[in-house]
Amino acid sequence: MTRLRTPLSRIEGLGSARSGTQHFWHQRLTAVALVPLSIWFVASALAYVGAEQGAVAAYFAAPANAVPMFLFILASTYHMSLGVQIIIEDYIHNEGQKIAALMLNRFAAWAIGAASTFALIKMALR
Amino acid sequence: MADAPNSPGPSPRPYGRPLSPHLQIYRWPITMAASITHRLTGLALAAGTLFLSWWLIAAASGPEAYAVFAFAAGNLLGEIVLFGFLWSLAFHLLNGIRHLAWDVGYGFKVPTAKLTAVIVYAASLLLAVAAFVLGIMVSRGLGT
Repeated sequence: MTRLRTPLSRIEGLGSARSGTQHFWHQRLTAVALVPLSIWFVASALAYVGAEQGAVAAYFAAPANAVPMFLFILASTYHMSLGVQIIIEDYIHNEGQKIAALMLNRFAAWAIGAASTFALIKMALR
Repeated sequence: MADAPNSPGPSPRPYGRPLSPHLQIYRWPITMAASITHRLTGLALAAGTLFLSWWLIAAASGPEAYAVFAFAAGNLLGEIVLFGFLWSLAFHLLNGIRHLAWDVGYGFKVPTAKLTAVIVYAASLLLAVAAFVLGIMVSRGLGT
């Protein structure tokens, strides 16, 4: 049988989309990271969602809380963009609408991640 | 792109052949319900990150901005959203662990998959109610 793929493309193992298993792997990587991070976040949120503004800002200013919160923002916004991407690719079949939705998905994830991170830095460096 | 003769996309059915059955035809097995719920809770959590962002920005901005957030979070609508967020997170977390177990090869037998789906539904509801009640108790105690 004639092989049309070059030897380089076969050993790279990245397939026609040039990304291989990266999407799958990053989704699992962030999923595993989010198991402890989201449990920590829910505990923090439930303890402080009804508190005064000063208490919330002081809580996130502490390095022991600012660092896991940053990791939670990073992992959850990335995990979310990977998951919503799959849903868009599965259900939106019009090529133009699909590309627009995929762009919007990435923009929204970056906007939410950047806004949350900026707020966190502002509290931490006050 | 126009439909090529052999494309899998929508094309006229020349001989009235049956289409493959879809969601509304099947009796819903619980494993299918869990799969759909996993996607829906994922979407709900994605929307929920807007509230997370709002909370952090309000806390970083000062007492006036925080008062607006606290009012929105403190009334009945806010509490419904909080419960929805907690249950979505509990379900997505537990069912995500179920998915990770499948990824390493465990739990594929049909009775096992059915049982773990029931466990995920029941445990996520229990966790969400427990977390919600705890959160309300803490915020009533600290907030006033």
